[in-house]
Amino acid sequence: MNPLSSISNDGSIKAIQQGLWAAWPICIGYIPIGLALGLLAQKAGLGPLEIGLMSVFVFAGSAQFIAVSMISSGSAPLAIIMTTFVVNLRHLLMSSSLSLYCRNAGKTTLAFFAYGITDESFAVNQLRFKEGKWTISQALTVNHASNLVWILSTIAGGYGGRFIPPHAFGVDYALIAMFICLLIFQIKGPIYATTAVIGGCTAVVLSLIIPGNLYVVIASVLAATIGLRIRVRARNKLKLKIERLKLKARS
Amino acid sequence: MTSGKFGLVVLGMGMVTYIPRWLPLFFLSRRSLPQWLVEWLDLIPAAILGALLLPELITSGQPRHIEWMRPECIAAIPTFIIAMLTRSLGWTVIAGMVIYGLVEKWMFL
Repeated sequence: MNPLSSISNDGSIKAIQQGLWAAWPICIGYIPIGLALGLLAQKAGLGPLEIGLMSVFVFAGSAQFIAVSMISSGSAPLAIIMTTFVVNLRHLLMSSSLSLYCRNAGKTTLAFFAYGITDESFAVNQLRFKEGKWTISQALTVNHASNLVWILSTIAGGYGGRFIPPHAFGVDYALIAMFICLLIFQIKGPIYATTAVIGGCTAVVLSLIIPGNLYVVIASVLAATIGLRIRVRARNKLKLKIERLKLKARS
Repeated sequence: MTSGKFGLVVLGMGMVTYIPRWLPLFFLSRRSLPQWLVEWLDLIPAAILGALLLPELITSGQPRHIEWMRPECIAAIPTFIIAMLTRSLGWTVIAGMVIYGLVEKWMFL
């Protein structure tokens, strides 16, 4: 992690170009998902304007999918809001992770940047920040470009929904496919795969016991903690081995 | 749902979504985080994605119970492979949707 990389708030055209380049795959990915959401929302009785409004105010694919299905089944507003809160709580953790790289950003910049923190923009920005040479300008571009595509896709899906029967084109699977891809992106080594598996298994067990979506946050926190212990233990074991080899080499 | 209620839902959803995204950014970016916290946060995305995915694949229904041969689970295997091969969000999503559509049709024939 290069602490210097986040200092300059480089607003040049090049930064925007680089941001757009990085955002491109997210935008492409958002189109089928956004269309799918728009479609499902239309089936739930929402008009394009309402769909667009939700996308503008919320900008969270999975929460919007869940909200739409809850609206379909006639849930109360408070229940929908609380579920959204729990489902999106993971963004709190993502935001914490990103804060490492936003050391010298101004308050307004942070306020804008916060709006666009999603699973996908987080995955892309976090990776680039970690590699170094990524600034908030580029990260902001990623967020806002994908945001625009998202809003437009959901509205388009809302319009097109009339012409397409429900469950067509495997549309219900768009979100799961997205999560699968993002998970693959995250598996940068065995510890990440282990953590993901622990997260998954814990989540399954908890989901059977606890109603609602809280199990996601609990399972994630548990899995990351266990993963950290494993990582630290493995590192300490390695240190011990190296020490012993050094001693042997001297004697 | 009436438009009044809907407006309320959207506003509420917007607030509960934005604030958790903003708080850490605002308060933590000016602080130095301890190394263990940095490493913990590094594992969080993998943990969250695992926690989000697996229940979607092997559980379902009200009340939730484990169901092994769901089309979502079956379709996930080729989708994982395509994600690993293409490393592309767009292609994975499109492929996943097509595969799922096919698996569903085939299973309920």
